[in-house]
Amino acid sequence: MNSPAITPDLIARHRLTDEEYQKIVAVLGRAPNLTELGMFSVMWSEHCSYKSSRAFLTRLPTEGPQVVQGPGENAGVVDIGDGLVAVFKMESHNHPSFIEPYQGAATGVGGILRDVFTMGARPIALLNALRFGPLDNPKNRYLFRGVVAGIAGYGNCMGVPTVGGDVYFNDIYTHNPLVNAFCLGIARKDRIFLGRAAGVGNPVLYIGSKTGRDGIHGATMASDSFDEGSESKRPTVQVGDPFMEKLLMETCLELMEQDLLVGIQDMGAAGLTSSSCEMASRAGTGIELELADVPRREQGMTPYELLLSESQERMLLVAKPGCAGAVLDICKKWDVAAAVVGRVTGDGVLRVKEKGVVVAEVPARALADEAPKYERPAVAPPYQDHLQSLSLDLIPEPTDCSAVLDRLLASPTIAHKGWVFEQYDHMVQTNTLLRPGSDAAVLRIKGTDKALAVTADCNSLYCLLNPYIGAGIAVAEAARNLVCSGARPLALTDCLNFGNPERPDIMWQFILAVEGIADACKALKIPVVSGNVSFYNETRGLSIYPTPMIGMVGLIEKADRAVSQGFKAEGDVIVLLGETGEDLGGTEYLRVVHHREQGTPPMLNLDREIAVQALVLKAIEQGLVQSAHDCSEGGLAVALAECCLSAPSGPLAAPSCPLGAEITLDSAGLRRDSLLFGESQSRIILSVKSGDVQSLKELGDKSHVPLSILGFVGGRNLTISIRDDQGRANVWIDRPCRDLDILWRGALRSALESGDGHR
Amino acid sequence: MTESGMSNSAIRIGILVFPGSNCDRDCAYVVEQIMGAQAELIWHKDAALPHVDAVIIPGGFSYGDYLRTGAIARFSPVMAAVTRFAEVGGLVLGICNGFQILLEAGLLPGAMLRNRSLSFICRDVRVRVDNHTTPFTSRCEPGQVLTLPIAHAEGNYYTDPATLSSLKAGNQVVFRYCTTDGQVTPEGNPTPHFNPNGSLDNIAGITNAAGNVLGLMPHPERAAEALLGNEDGRLILLSLLDSMKSAKPVMASSWRC
Repeated sequence: MNSPAITPDLIARHRLTDEEYQKIVAVLGRAPNLTELGMFSVMWSEHCSYKSSRAFLTRLPTEGPQVVQGPGENAGVVDIGDGLVAVFKMESHNHPSFIEPYQGAATGVGGILRDVFTMGARPIALLNALRFGPLDNPKNRYLFRGVVAGIAGYGNCMGVPTVGGDVYFNDIYTHNPLVNAFCLGIARKDRIFLGRAAGVGNPVLYIGSKTGRDGIHGATMASDSFDEGSESKRPTVQVGDPFMEKLLMETCLELMEQDLLVGIQDMGAAGLTSSSCEMASRAGTGIELELADVPRREQGMTPYELLLSESQERMLLVAKPGCAGAVLDICKKWDVAAAVVGRVTGDGVLRVKEKGVVVAEVPARALADEAPKYERPAVAPPYQDHLQSLSLDLIPEPTDCSAVLDRLLASPTIAHKGWVFEQYDHMVQTNTLLRPGSDAAVLRIKGTDKALAVTADCNSLYCLLNPYIGAGIAVAEAARNLVCSGARPLALTDCLNFGNPERPDIMWQFILAVEGIADACKALKIPVVSGNVSFYNETRGLSIYPTPMIGMVGLIEKADRAVSQGFKAEGDVIVLLGETGEDLGGTEYLRVVHHREQGTPPMLNLDREIAVQALVLKAIEQGLVQSAHDCSEGGLAVALAECCLSAPSGPLAAPSCPLGAEITLDSAGLRRDSLLFGESQSRIILSVKSGDVQSLKELGDKSHVPLSILGFVGGRNLTISIRDDQGRANVWIDRPCRDLDILWRGALRSALESGDGHR
Repeated sequence: MTESGMSNSAIRIGILVFPGSNCDRDCAYVVEQIMGAQAELIWHKDAALPHVDAVIIPGGFSYGDYLRTGAIARFSPVMAAVTRFAEVGGLVLGICNGFQILLEAGLLPGAMLRNRSLSFICRDVRVRVDNHTTPFTSRCEPGQVLTLPIAHAEGNYYTDPATLSSLKAGNQVVFRYCTTDGQVTPEGNPTPHFNPNGSLDNIAGITNAAGNVLGLMPHPERAAEALLGNEDGRLILLSLLDSMKSAKPVMASSWRC
C-alpha cells in the first residue's frame, strides 16, 4: 500500500508529540503508515484518550449499591427499582459550537442521545448547560441563537423533551462558549447493552447514515485551542440529521427487543476507529473490517477518510451468530442503511482491509487504552491571592436595594429563560411533571409510581476563586436542587471544562476541582457514574474559568409528591432553613453592581448541607411543603422574587398578577447587601401552610438545622424589611411583583433584540 | 360500562406511525389509560387499516418535515386507506403534525405556514370551543375555554377567503386561540398576543364539511392527566370515545382495498 513518508511535520500536524510517536513505533514494532498514524492521532487525542486527566479521575467515587454500571462504558447506569434503570451521561461539544453553533450544538445532542440508547435505554429527557459571552456583543448573540436553535432542531425532531439546564453569561466565554449536553434514558435492568465485541467469529455490522467526509479530525480539533485560523476549521464540524437518528434509535431499540445483539456502540468522536477498537478492547478480542463494505456517500474515499470520518448517526454492532440477516431485515423496515462490515477475531488486533488488502493493523488495546497518561505539573497561579482578596470597605452598601433587585433579575444569567426553553418541546412523551423554570425538572416514569428529577449546575466564578470549594459547591447545589423537588439524589455525571492542561495553573485548577467533587460526593454519598473532560477551552492564551459542570439525577418515590419552587397560596408561611453569613465573594451582585469578580466563594459546610437536605426531604415526605427553592445567584432577595414569580406548576402561563410576599429579616449584624444578595450556601426557602409550621419546627429542632420564619405569602408586592438589633424594621425592598415579572421575563428577549444587553 | 352498554375496552383506536412520528406512543398511552380503549399502532406502509373505530394521526416530525411538514407522509400507503375510512364517515383525529398531514392529504382544506415569530413554540395556550356539536367536542360547553399545550414551528393556518367563508358557514372552525376569558379579537387586527403563531382568524382546529375529521394544532393527549397539571384535553378524548360508542359501525369492506 502507498503511504507518504512519516515526517516530523506530518506527526506534528497530527497533534502527536515526538515521544508519543516513538511510543507508537514501539507498540507496532515498526513505523505506522499514514492511515495508522491518523488512527493514533484521534484515539490518543485529549478528547478521546483523557491522557491529561485519567490519572486524577480515579479519585472520584464511582460505587454505591444503586450503581449498575460506572464510568468506562457509553453511559452510567443506576438502579431505580421496579426492574428499571436510569441511564445517563453528559458530554461537551464546545469547540464545534464556536465554529458552527447550530450544527455544533445539534450534533452534541445527537451524540449524547446515541450514548444513551446504545446502552438499551429509550431517552426520556435532555438537558443542556450553556455558557456564552455577554449579549451586547453581536458575535455572542449569534452563537447563543445558533446553539439554542441547534439544540431545539435536533431534540424536537427526535421527540425527546429538552426539560432544563442552565445558561450563564460571562465575558470569559466570548471566544470559548460551552455547550454541555446531558441525556437521561430508561431501560430494563435485565436488558442493558454494553459496547463489547464478544464472541470470536460474530458478525460486525455498521448501521445508520452513510459515511462522508464530514468531521474528519473532529477529535483532534476538540483537543486544540483556538487561534486566528479557527474559521478554517469549519469542515471539521459534523453535520447532523435528526430524522435519520430518530430512525436509527427506533431501529436499535427494536433490535434490542429482539435479542439479536452481543454488543453495540455508537460512532462518535473518531467514528469507525474508536467504536471498533474500544469494543474489541473491552472484550479482549480483535475486529477485522472490510472497508469496501462500508456504506458511503462520497466517491473515492480513502481508508484514512473512512476510518476517521465523524459522519453522524452511525452505530457499530456485533450480532449473535446467525443473526446478521435478522438485523438487516429490521434495518430495512426502518429504511436505515446497514451492512456486515467485518467479524470478531481472537487476536486482539484491529485489522482493516480494503478489498482484501490490509491497510491498517493495530492492537486494539494500544489504540483504546494505552495512550500515555500524563501527570502534568500543577502550580497555583501567582494571581490567585489577589483574586481572593476582597476588602468589604471598598464596597459601599447599596442605598436603593429595590433597584439592585431589579438589576439582578434583569441580568441575563438570572433572568427567566423562557426565550430558551419555549423553543424546546419540553412536553413530548407526556412525562414532564415539572417543566423548565423550577429548581429541577421532574419526569414521571410510566408504569410505576415514581419520578426522576434532573438538574445541571456549576458556578464557574466560584471555581475560579477557589476551584476546590467551587467544585464542591457545584455538587452540593445540584443535590440541593433535586432535594427541593422532593428527590433523593442517586448519582451524577460530569462535564469538566477547563483550559490548556499543559499550563500548570490550569492543571492546578483541574486537580483541585476533581478533589472538590470527590470530597463532596463522598460526604453526600453520591457516586459519579459517567462523565467527560473537555480541555483546551482557551483562545490566544486566555482560558475559561474552571467549569466543572455537574449533571445529577434523583429519585422521587411518589410522583405526585414532586414539589415546585413557586409560592402557592396567600397566607402560606415562608421559612428559611440554614444561615446567612457575610458572603459577598464571587457573587452575581458583586459582579453586576460593583463590577468585581473577587473574594472567596461562600464557605461550604458539608455537614450543614447534609442536614438541611435531609430535613427538606423529610418535610416533603410528610406533606408539609408547599414550595421549596434554594438560594443561589442573587441570594435571598432574588430567590424570594423567583418564588413569587414562578407560576405554580400547572397549565397557566405567566400569571398577570403574581403572588407577593411580606418578609422581615433579622439583620444579625450583617451588611444589608450580604443579607439580601449574598450567596451563603446550604439555604433553602420553604413555604408551608400555617397549620404545618409547628410540625416543621419540630422537625427542624430534631435535626439542629437553623430555621427562621421570614414572613408570609400575600399581597401583590415583594416587600423585604430588615429589623435592626433595636427591633426597628425598615423596608429595604418594595416592588410590585407585576413589575418584577415584566423585568424578569422580558430581560433575555430585550438583551437579544435591543443589542445592548447587561454585562 | 356506560349508558350505551358498550364497554370502553371493546373500542379500538388506530394510531398511525410514520418514520419520525413522536407522539404515537403518547397517544397510545392516553387511549389505554384515559379512554380505557385498545390502541393499535398502524405502520405507514400498511395499505389496509385493521378493524378500528377511529384513527388518530399523532404529532411529530414525520419524514423529518422534509419538503413541507406532512408533505411526504400523505403519500404513504396507509393514507389511502385512511381517506377511504374518512369518506364513509370514519372518525379521524389529526394532532399537530397529524393536522398538517390531513391538510396535505386534502382531507381538510387549507395549509400551514411557519409561525409568525419564525420560532418553534412550546407552551400552554387557551382555545375557545366554537363548535360544541362535533364528535370531538360533545362534552364541551359552547364557548368553553380550554387550556392546551402547543409545540410547533408551523402552526400558522392559512386558506383563501372563499374557503374561509365556507368554513365559517359550515361551522367547521372548532377551536380558536383566545384570551383567558374567551375573547377573540375581530379579524383585521394584527396578530393578537394570545394567538401564538399568527393563524388566520385565530384558527387552532377545524373539521371537514361532514364533521368526522378534525385537525388541531394543540396536543390534547398532553393535557389528559391531573398528574401533568391539566386535564382539559380529556374532554376532547372522551367526546371522541362517546361518539365511537354511539356511532354505527363502519363496514369493514368499505375501507379495505
